[in-house]
Amino acid sequence: MLAAIFMYVKVFCVGGLICLIGELIEIKTKITPARILVIFLMVGAILGGFGIYNYLVEWAGAGATLPITGFGNALARGAIEGATSNGLFGAIGGGLMATSAGVAVSIGLSYIVSFFVKSKTKKS
Amino acid sequence: MSDNIERNEEYLMYVEKQTPKTGWFNSLFHAFLVGGMICCMAQMFGDIIKAYNPTMDILRVGSWSSIIIITITILLTGFGVFDRIAKFGGAGTFIPISGFANSIASCAIEFKNEGLVFGIGAKMFYVAGPVLVNGVAYSIIVGLVYTLIQLF
Amino acid sequence: MKRIGNQTLEILSDCYIVGASSLVGEKEKNGTYKNYFKNSVEDDRMGEKTFEKAERKMLSLINKDAVKNSKLKNSDIDLYLGGDLMNQIVSSNYSAEVLQVPFVGVYSACSTITASLGLAACLIDGGGFDNILCSTISHFSAAERQYRYPLEFGNQRQSYSQWTVTAGGGFVVSNKKSNIKIKKVCFGRVQDFGVIDIANMGAAMAPAACDTLCNFFADTKTKPNDYDFIATGDLGKLGSDILRDLISKRGYVLEQNYIDLGHSIYSFEEESYQGGSGAGCSASVLASYIIEKMKSGVFKKVLVAATGALMSTTSNQQGDSIPCVSHLIELVLE
Repeated sequence: MLAAIFMYVKVFCVGGLICLIGELIEIKTKITPARILVIFLMVGAILGGFGIYNYLVEWAGAGATLPITGFGNALARGAIEGATSNGLFGAIGGGLMATSAGVAVSIGLSYIVSFFVKSKTKKS
Repeated sequence: MSDNIERNEEYLMYVEKQTPKTGWFNSLFHAFLVGGMICCMAQMFGDIIKAYNPTMDILRVGSWSSIIIITITILLTGFGVFDRIAKFGGAGTFIPISGFANSIASCAIEFKNEGLVFGIGAKMFYVAGPVLVNGVAYSIIVGLVYTLIQLF
Repeated sequence: MKRIGNQTLEILSDCYIVGASSLVGEKEKNGTYKNYFKNSVEDDRMGEKTFEKAERKMLSLINKDAVKNSKLKNSDIDLYLGGDLMNQIVSSNYSAEVLQVPFVGVYSACSTITASLGLAACLIDGGGFDNILCSTISHFSAAERQYRYPLEFGNQRQSYSQWTVTAGGGFVVSNKKSNIKIKKVCFGRVQDFGVIDIANMGAAMAPAACDTLCNFFADTKTKPNDYDFIATGDLGKLGSDILRDLISKRGYVLEQNYIDLGHSIYSFEEESYQGGSGAGCSASVLASYIIEKMKSGVFKKVLVAATGALMSTTSNQQGDSIPCVSHLIELVLE
């Protein structure tokens, strides 16, 4: 039980901290959110490529997989796994394959939702 | 224009001084709080999935919990609630996968007026495009580098 | 007309604003000028499918109302001058089709209304036209999706950003005698002080407002205190503070009689960051508050210097700085 609570504390802190760094970069450097996302993605992919990010995933679970760095890691891990099992073909397609479900759900569901919803104006 | 460089630099420094600073302790705290909470939600979904399918691969559990977060985000975007959460959370909402899902859903909803082809089709990745394009590019680089290493 | 100094034109023949109308959205209706905005829309979609269509519809309503308020008929209007913030000023193009009068599009971003009124005054002074309709509009939701992000996209606005108003204003300028005269016109020079951040429009536009105002004061040998009311278009709080600083360095002091319409259009309770911006900001307040105050004799000499940021999304994405302009008109009560 205590271990489970500790796990959630770890998830919260790691996930929160990654977001906090993003916010800090946004405030301090005025880099736009889109660029920050790409930078984080690159960091995740590099750390994933060297196999470092997986230690963080094991330690902090969703706190490491859910931020965009986790997405970068999944892409890099997918490519490496593809390369080991499927050679060149896997090396090229592995990244997309590993993350395909999430991207496909995003596209598919957005497509459906867009048929039912109109954008609403904002007041503040 | 070129002879104005000095004037412009001086003016930009002056503007920088005048511009009100965002209360950054608050925004950092909000980002930490919201980001941590979204990750905890994903962890909870993962734990629930694991409780029902103890044999499931840990990576697949992670994918499923991400998919649930994506689904919730897109539905909240559809209901017009997510932009308010994001206004509070800042980086806490756009760094997790929820930001990616929200950007796709909001573009799809916004640009549906331009039709299926040039609206939803062309502009769905108006905001999220850079993430996906760069991500796939990096994964190919990683894959190719890894294949090369294996050769030697 | 007569040229005074370098930039200022004095309109010598009769040239009056005979009718004005404004139409604003709900957020603006709840703002500072709520008692002056006669017409407002609750649903800023206006029952249309898109926000762009809603903007056209609003502009057509403004045009109709302005013509009605001037007690003229559509057929009396000789020329329609106007523009808006949409790409290729489509809202004005479509509403011109509705009007069926000769149309010349004017694009000067948020300073479109003073540019159009200034041009209208010159054309009437030239003698070729009797009545010219000028109007402009901006729509928050339509502008947001064109210039920034989708509405449902969750992003945080910078604390120094401004809020595009959903509002518009229309005027009929005529050679018929009335009480509000366009006395002087001063078309501005484009100023670019190297501001790149599009969220910080106020800082980008302040130098343009400063340049036009100072040149006007120098040309006419007047001081800010010679006027009852000096308004800038949509600099916002930050921009108007910068303008006060800049103009004091050139030897003029803006006192109580100076107000920035963008800064003042929203009330304190409404969260609007540095204030409003957009082409409709100056147009709607000019058409309601300022005209009404002039008619009741509170203001006798008024300067309106609307400011416009002339960038495009392309130039911005390519990292270019924002060129800005400010056009000024002097209105006098007779």
